[in-house]
Amino acid sequence: MAKMTLTINGKKQEVDVDPATPVLWVLRDHLNLVGTKYGCGVGSCGACTIHLNGRALRSCQLPVSAVGSQEITTIEGLSDNGDHPVQKAWLELDVAQCGYCQTGQIMTAASLLRSNPHPSDAEIESAMTGNICRCGTYTRIKEAIKTAAGTSGK
Amino acid sequence: MEKTNKNYSRRSFLKVTSISGGGMMIGFGWLASIKPNEVLAGTPAAEKWVELTGFVKITPDNQVKIMSPNPEFGQNVITSMPMIIAEELDADWKNVQVEQADFNTPKYKRQFTGGSQSIRQGWQILRKAGAAARLMLLQAAAAEWKVPVAELTTSQGMVHHANSNRSINYGSLSTAAAQLPVPENVVLKKTTEFSLLGTHQKNVEGKKIVRGQSLFTMDYRQEGMLIAMTIRPSAFGMQLKSYDASAALQMPGIKDVFDIKVYKEGYERAGFDTRTFNHLLVVVGRSTWEVMNARKKISIQWEPIRETKEVVAGWGGKQEELIPAGLENTADHVKKMQDMQKKPGRVLRKDGHPEEAFAKAKKVLERTYSAPFLPHNTMEPISCFAHITDEKAFFVAPTQAPEFIKPTLVANLGIPASSIDIQLARMGGGFGRRAYCHYMVEAGLISQKMKAPIKLIYTREDDMTNGIYRPAYMVTYRAAINEKNEVTAVHIKGGGIPENAIHADRFPAGAFDNYLAEGWQIPSNITIGAFRAPRSNFIASAEQSFLDELAELIGKDPIDYRIELLKRAKTNPVGKNNDYDADRYIGVLELVKEKSNWRKENNKELRRGVAAYFCHNSYAAHVVDVTMKNGQPVVDKVVSALDCGVVVNPEGAKNMVEGAVVDGIGNALFGGLRFEKGEPMQKNFHQYRMIRHNEAPKKIDVHFVQNTIDPTGLGEPPFPPIFGALANALYKATGKRLYQQPFINELNKKG
Repeated sequence: MAKMTLTINGKKQEVDVDPATPVLWVLRDHLNLVGTKYGCGVGSCGACTIHLNGRALRSCQLPVSAVGSQEITTIEGLSDNGDHPVQKAWLELDVAQCGYCQTGQIMTAASLLRSNPHPSDAEIESAMTGNICRCGTYTRIKEAIKTAAGTSGK
Repeated sequence: MEKTNKNYSRRSFLKVTSISGGGMMIGFGWLASIKPNEVLAGTPAAEKWVELTGFVKITPDNQVKIMSPNPEFGQNVITSMPMIIAEELDADWKNVQVEQADFNTPKYKRQFTGGSQSIRQGWQILRKAGAAARLMLLQAAAAEWKVPVAELTTSQGMVHHANSNRSINYGSLSTAAAQLPVPENVVLKKTTEFSLLGTHQKNVEGKKIVRGQSLFTMDYRQEGMLIAMTIRPSAFGMQLKSYDASAALQMPGIKDVFDIKVYKEGYERAGFDTRTFNHLLVVVGRSTWEVMNARKKISIQWEPIRETKEVVAGWGGKQEELIPAGLENTADHVKKMQDMQKKPGRVLRKDGHPEEAFAKAKKVLERTYSAPFLPHNTMEPISCFAHITDEKAFFVAPTQAPEFIKPTLVANLGIPASSIDIQLARMGGGFGRRAYCHYMVEAGLISQKMKAPIKLIYTREDDMTNGIYRPAYMVTYRAAINEKNEVTAVHIKGGGIPENAIHADRFPAGAFDNYLAEGWQIPSNITIGAFRAPRSNFIASAEQSFLDELAELIGKDPIDYRIELLKRAKTNPVGKNNDYDADRYIGVLELVKEKSNWRKENNKELRRGVAAYFCHNSYAAHVVDVTMKNGQPVVDKVVSALDCGVVVNPEGAKNMVEGAVVDGIGNALFGGLRFEKGEPMQKNFHQYRMIRHNEAPKKIDVHFVQNTIDPTGLGEPPFPPIFGALANALYKATGKRLYQQPFINELNKKG
């Protein structure tokens, strides 16, 4: 066990955990930030996507000891009131079915738009390929990303 | 009953503590005969909700709450079911709060999600509940204003009296309305009077979902809660022999390691009590990561199972089930199914003289189709919270079927039915998997042993290797063609491991004078379960591919040929038990033809395929356009036509169809679990190929047949026909007919 101070959603948080613990489980079990989901534990489904210094990353593959002073953003910290443009677009398009994967999808999409504000369809597909949705909401997700980017209907 | 009432009011109070104000909750259980006094006795004075029927609660300050009875796993009944109540109540939807009901079937009548039945079977119950509450409010207004009920109207949560130009909101009437007896007979609206149904209303949990708020069982926590995981044999056909947990018990955070038997010795299983791995090893600790690590430190010996026979009390009555010993392989499965195809099967239906027709045939088209086992792969792996104490057995569970598991919990946990309290958590996918709730028994046993609240978590690997799969199937279709190029007989023979997929009375039965359907099954120790219409999704694929090839062989357009057969089945049906309405079948085919712009000249340029199917009470047809790029299929467009009667929430309905299209294309192209020596060869998403963003159709257009028929469901119906439509489109794109799922293997074969 080791004590560590993490910066999560702009706040300093102290945890006392096994340094090898993936950030996913630190968030879920120790900090009750359950918007970051467990889907596979091997970095293959994207449900656990967070931002590390603003870039999308699979939190199930990131040991907490590797975080240091880097800033973690989870879905809970993406916006204050669920009003990030991507979240708003998700609601406008009524994207979710079961909803389990959607926070991971949103985090990946938000990171994409940050680095590429007007992605093409192919760029959206490429960026989103690591996020699985078994309910099959992919076409709505793509439309929502285009809505958030202001490129819908092009 | 008394106990249920008290629990109900206590929990209701906990959920509405943020609502301020005085008053009393007065409960009228329209569907549960709750006596008002009993509820009052257990209700804190601050409670202010007035319950009009089991489904509707209104506060004096005009907040309206509608309970959604059914478990929710993404089909969005949590929006559409309350909409049905709100329509008859004439509530102002913007002012309605929706809440997931807990498990209380006497009160909510029907709380099973599966078989595309929620809307169909809830339709009358929900409408009557809304209409009864509305009538009580009208009666209260009539008494208040001393005018006849007949002079009153309602709209948007208000009662109006036009003659005196007075209006009053429901909230102001709610306390008085709750004193009235719940009417037994109510008049329902005509479909033409609907103002809310048929409009797009957003998912009521959308905001919580996009903010990542705690909704799922995986997210649930409670003070003092421990985390539990189970360990199962890595192969079907094996069982636990012995283990040494001494090293694991030394690991940080580990509380205990023990073994459990899910079903007690001599317990007679019901139809949804799956038998996968009855003897499990359990690791309990304080955090998920610690438990995951400790699991690896246990040394375990497995041994082969012996062949057993068990009696299962399923829907079709008691049946003996053979569970063979041995370690099964996918290659052997295929060989065994091929061998069965060479022998006569059990006759499921016979019309006319098919043998004679085949003997006289000028040509015979014979094609064999097969498909592998499929795991559900819900995005939320299996989990369950349980806290069993002497007084109460409390569960937070992802269950499609709480009513099914209740007697199983009673028998195997040794608890009274009245102590069981199940909170129906939103499920991260279901697809049939969560109708089999063995994990609730497991969680209950673990909580009893630990004397603590526990959350059982399956890893993805546990989830994918735990059985309850869509079975493996094979079927052969044969058609006899005479010298006039007419089809004179159809013969279907097939089966599966361990169940048969043939629905002998479905189309094309009824359309051919000579028809024979035969089936067989092969026992297996791999367990199976419901999977988004498991039999239908395979047989639709085979049938719709075969009809396409048959139409081509006799020189007919595939849509026209299907319509020709359906017209024959309508005007002059063969046999009496044909399980479809030919007109509605034709309706979706004509709609998809129109909307896809299906024309000869158009179709020459496009690589497109069509399929239609009827199952679970709704009709569906798809036209799929594909192109091949770098040897890989790209689905450019899918046009879908559905007939599910009245469409309750159109955008939600479209989402369901789009999802079924994507899911079906994914499973058709990539789905398949392979076994070697009883062991599933894929255990997680880096090994098991799921459809991903770049493989989804570029565009999906969904259309509904407009009619006023009572609504039916959409969970299953759009799923089965997409497999065949895709196969038929891929044939146009590649010149290759596809017979074995997953299609990607056949597409990638050279030559």
